[in-house]
Amino acid sequence: MAGATVLDIAGGRPGADPTSAPPMVAVRNVTKRFRTRARSGEPDVMVALDRVSMDIDEGELVSLLGASGCGKTTLLRILAGLVKHDEGSVVVQGTTVREPRRDLCMVFQNFGLLPWRTVIANVAFPLELDRMGRAEREEVAARYIETVGLKGFERHYPHELSGGMQQRVGIARALTRKPLVLLMDEPFAALDAQTRESLQEDFLRIWKDLRTTVIFVTHSIDEALVMSDRVMIFTPRPGRLRRTIESPFGPDRVDRDVRALPDFARCRQEIRQMLREEPQ
Amino acid sequence: MSKVQQGLPTLEAGRGAGAVAWLKAHPNIVRAASVIVFFGYWEWAARDMSPLFMTYPSAIFRAAWAITANGELPQAFLASLWPFAIGLFISIVGGIALGVLIAQFWFLEYVLDPFLNALYAIPRVALVPLIILWAGLETTGKVTILVSIAIFPVIINTYAGIKDVRGGLLEIGKAYGATESQIFFKIILPASVPYIMAGVRLAVGLAIIGMVVAEFFTAITGLGGLIVNYSNSFATAKLFVPIIVIGLLGVALTEFVMWIERRLSRWRALERERF
Repeated sequence: MAGATVLDIAGGRPGADPTSAPPMVAVRNVTKRFRTRARSGEPDVMVALDRVSMDIDEGELVSLLGASGCGKTTLLRILAGLVKHDEGSVVVQGTTVREPRRDLCMVFQNFGLLPWRTVIANVAFPLELDRMGRAEREEVAARYIETVGLKGFERHYPHELSGGMQQRVGIARALTRKPLVLLMDEPFAALDAQTRESLQEDFLRIWKDLRTTVIFVTHSIDEALVMSDRVMIFTPRPGRLRRTIESPFGPDRVDRDVRALPDFARCRQEIRQMLREEPQ
Repeated sequence: MSKVQQGLPTLEAGRGAGAVAWLKAHPNIVRAASVIVFFGYWEWAARDMSPLFMTYPSAIFRAAWAITANGELPQAFLASLWPFAIGLFISIVGGIALGVLIAQFWFLEYVLDPFLNALYAIPRVALVPLIILWAGLETTGKVTILVSIAIFPVIINTYAGIKDVRGGLLEIGKAYGATESQIFFKIILPASVPYIMAGVRLAVGLAIIGMVVAEFFTAITGLGGLIVNYSNSFATAKLFVPIIVIGLLGVALTEFVMWIERRLSRWRALERERF
């Protein structure tokens, strides 16, 4: 099968090469169980993540792909320090993640804006929590508002913006702290198809300029292929990392419509097959 | 062809329907006409009735002029205003503080819950004799009666507002490493403002009721006192004046609070429109 595939399945990782620089993010054997109560009333344990390991290099854009319930969002929340895992370790730039950290910033699926705050006050929110002065933080916020293409909307309220514009605010807010790792939880899933594509393109351009490490959760094969350097494929019950795939399009994918490339359809087909054929 | 034939009768009927539609589109004209007719009829019909029993608009107007000129009304108004302002202030500040405390600290909630529920269940007017016994007939007693009536919506709405803050909003704070106090002051409190303001609006209306009740049952002073005194001396035209002033005070204050409420809660109303 290997000879026939377009995709290069990256078997060497995780963390196989000791000569290279230490990874930005190192996930080792992370297991997470949720206690659920079955209908009978007996406690039941659901394994959301089963011994997941991965390394992510600095500046990489990696997506976690899988159907709902495969643990990809749980892993992202563990990386964000919002959820405690039961076993294993999560280390970002040499420091273990135990609680939310200022250098790990989150972009939420439902945008997560504070509706009573203007755009600039939302974007400056993390810096306000860091007790930065008003003038200084608004200056930084204004810069990132321009980066995401919302110059002129600083004094608008979230409800005055479209969904796509709201998520641009969410991205700008996450960038203000210059995070080591940007954690994105299905950031474009709530948008309509056209808006989604234009945000994908714009975000890739921003990422190319800033070179932040990005971990991107998605359930869309297309989105994973368009966006990422590597795609991590998860399967549910128990949530496991099945395969890691190097992007066949490389860094050239920015500023270019990879959907139109002949390989795109074939890659998509192969990934779909992988998601489907994995044993339960 | 058949369309044309059907079209003609509807055009005829359209004339009458047009006038109805016009009235429906101009509700203020209908409202104004209704009020004018009411006052006109009252003025005309009540002139022949005994002035001890009934009065009419122009007599009320003259009475208002008279008791304003001799200082009775302004004096009563100011006498009412002082305990009213203190009582409303305590109801708002104390109500918000209590609501926040019982919403944030489960222990306080469980400790205070039975008493708040009991007090809320008892009609507060029933407590007036006890309050007078303990707090006296003067300002302290009046303020206590007023607060006992007006504070509850503020407590309840503040509590409900804080409990209703969506988990998603709290998670934003957590993900960005906000401290407990930052989460409270930058997320929980602003998110509850629409609820709190609705409580304040209800408190204003109840505070006016509390004020009048207090002035009826304690030392007879203020606008409530005027009502009692004019009623006892069968000065029916004068009796209407403090009633109208109290009504206007209620409308003005409620409008003022609603104006603030709209400004502070605009994000919420507009957010709701979207869904």
